Amino acid sequence: MTTQSLAEDREIRRITLGHKLNRWDMKVSPYLYISPFFVLFILTGLFPLLYTAYVSVFDWHIIGGQGEFAGAGNFEWVLGQDKFWVALRNSFSIFLISAIPQVILALIIAAILDQNLRAKTFWRMGVLVPYVVAPVAVALIFSNMFGDQYGLVNNALGRIGIDPVGWHSQVVPSHFAIATMVNFRWTGYNALIFLAAMQAVPRDYYEAAMLDGANRIRQFFSITIPSLRPTLIFVIITSTIGGLQIFDEPRMYDTTGAGGASSQWLTITMYIYNLGFGPAGGGQFGRAAAAAWLLFLIIVVVGLINLAATRTIATSGSRSSK
Amino acid sequence: MSKSRRTTAVAAIAGAAAFALLAAGCSSSATPGADDEVTELTLATFNDFGYTDEMLAEYTELTGIKIVHNKAATSGDARTNYFTKLGAGSGLADVEAVEIDWFAELLQYSDKLYDLSNDEVADRWVQWKTDAATDADGRLIAYGTDIGPQAICYRSDLFAEAGLPTDREEVAAMIDGDWDTYFAAGDEFVANSDAAWFDSSGAILQGILNQEEETLESTDGEIIATTNPVVEDAYNTVLDASPELSAQLSQWSDDWSAGFANGAFATMLCPSWMLGVIEGNAPEVEGWDVANVFPNGGGNWGGSYLTVPAQSEKAEAAKAFADWLTDPEQQLKAFVSTGNFPSQTSLYEAEELLTVTRPFFNEAPTGEIFSDRSAAIEVAPYKSVNYFPVMDALQNAITRVDVDKTQDADASWDQFVTDVEAIG
Repeated sequence: MTTQSLAEDREIRRITLGHKLNRWDMKVSPYLYISPFFVLFILTGLFPLLYTAYVSVFDWHIIGGQGEFAGAGNFEWVLGQDKFWVALRNSFSIFLISAIPQVILALIIAAILDQNLRAKTFWRMGVLVPYVVAPVAVALIFSNMFGDQYGLVNNALGRIGIDPVGWHSQVVPSHFAIATMVNFRWTGYNALIFLAAMQAVPRDYYEAAMLDGANRIRQFFSITIPSLRPTLIFVIITSTIGGLQIFDEPRMYDTTGAGGASSQWLTITMYIYNLGFGPAGGGQFGRAAAAAWLLFLIIVVVGLINLAATRTIATSGSRSSK
Repeated sequence: MSKSRRTTAVAAIAGAAAFALLAAGCSSSATPGADDEVTELTLATFNDFGYTDEMLAEYTELTGIKIVHNKAATSGDARTNYFTKLGAGSGLADVEAVEIDWFAELLQYSDKLYDLSNDEVADRWVQWKTDAATDADGRLIAYGTDIGPQAICYRSDLFAEAGLPTDREEVAAMIDGDWDTYFAAGDEFVANSDAAWFDSSGAILQGILNQEEETLESTDGEIIATTNPVVEDAYNTVLDASPELSAQLSQWSDDWSAGFANGAFATMLCPSWMLGVIEGNAPEVEGWDVANVFPNGGGNWGGSYLTVPAQSEKAEAAKAFADWLTDPEQQLKAFVSTGNFPSQTSLYEAEELLTVTRPFFNEAPTGEIFSDRSAAIEVAPYKSVNYFPVMDALQNAITRVDVDKTQDADASWDQFVTDVEAIG
């Protein structure tokens, strides 16, 4: 009798312990599983962000370190620099020249890849090859091709009787050349994302459209594009953030990496880098930090505009589908 | 309850990590000099100093100290690394190479560098090289490696086509004089040739300014570039000559590199280290030669130093190592392997240096030529903290007119003035 009651007791206790662990597991584990991301984010994302804000209100030299408290002085100084505004203009210009054709081209490529092609995998992998090439290598090759006097592109233009273009000396051509590098690298990547989304579109829609007599182009605009809306939004947002932070390509566009004699292709991230680490007038961490925070604010504003636009598109989309 | 405990734990971890980062950033430099049993030293250089593995192995054999050699690809990379870690207070090599262009910027933090003064080596280098490495308190903080005495490199094949003399003695006689003589020879050349006379207006400007004592900054630390008649004269001289004589290339650009092989220009200012650049850019071109002459006397362009950061825990051993590396014997080997011309005066009469020739340049006796060119250097321009940024702005001003052709000389000068105001 007693032994039996003891055993029963133990049984119950065992269950409660397991129960507890189970409940803990349910409650805590999910957070533990995602915690590495947040711990890393705090260390490599949040801490530098806040520390940059701290640096931005001081006179701070790369070697001399922390100097006197400057308040908003660094921000005022940066906003008063012509170069800052030129760099901002260049960043937006390169972003627009690269992002718009890139998304359109990626859509077209994805639509073609979505057809019944022979050796599908080969073509699909093929568009991703430029993405695998290191951006610095891409920039080296392209900046050579876009040489003002001895470049391949100007050579070819000369053959067909067009005057050489000042790819490095003029503002718009230099942006175009840099945008070409960006597009070379990212178009295929975006095309694959679009392709994945296109393949998720139910084939019945197309069959129905075909029965109604819609041709391929009509199908593309009336079925494919509307179904891609969430993917389009994703691609546009990521390319906006990437576009405003563009650095590798313009920095490698000439050997000095200073953005041209009259800052033709100086982007905002290059401006920050040059203020902080550049050989000419660098080492000004306080001012560089202030410029970095200004860029952060600009990206937040652009992000909010994007979000607003996204919501409008999404709601109008759901309305139209009703 | 459990939730709040978790957040405190995360906060504690983050806080600890942040503190660790800060602590790492401010770790104090250990007292130098107390090096018992140094078994390994680190050396950081850039480009090619000519310090070969065999040479470093020799030092290991001599002293038993193993040398770890890190090479940065460019001087700019080395600068970024140097400045960042000097500010952080740790992470630099025991012996760090510095280029003359950013040396002045470093000089203002000379208290972070180990004092290398030593009576035994005081007379090792050309005087102006040592002067530039001595800080305000009279401490010698760097040992000179190479210098860049300038000659004129020219294409004898293009000279022949234009009916100019091709022999290097005759070419030297033709150019010998001031800058006007050099430009006049250029006028004669371009009248009979499709090629330009010189590669880049920016290079010529650099050549002219390197012959003046006070150019961009006054010796009391003011930026005088925009008001100094010397600078404005040089600017106008160069841009007056540019339309006729310049190949209108921007130095170090892809076009400039391609210009060597395409025969875009016939002469260029040629510091000793430029020989390697020419050879690398135009290996197939036959006809490059060096003339023992430079407009208006002599001039130096470039060169480097070795420093020992005070943060090194083996500073005394590092000092001895830097001493050994910049010893004439080692620098001679470096010259033979790379063409970096030594700053050590005792070598200028040495047989081994004077007999060095360079096959690519039509067997030119480069040892002898650059010895002479080094002796012709009379002044070293005063360079301080703002020299490099102001020079960069001035070069940009030249580029806008000469290469980009986006502004005329006056407008570009005005922008230069604005740019310089932003530096101050």
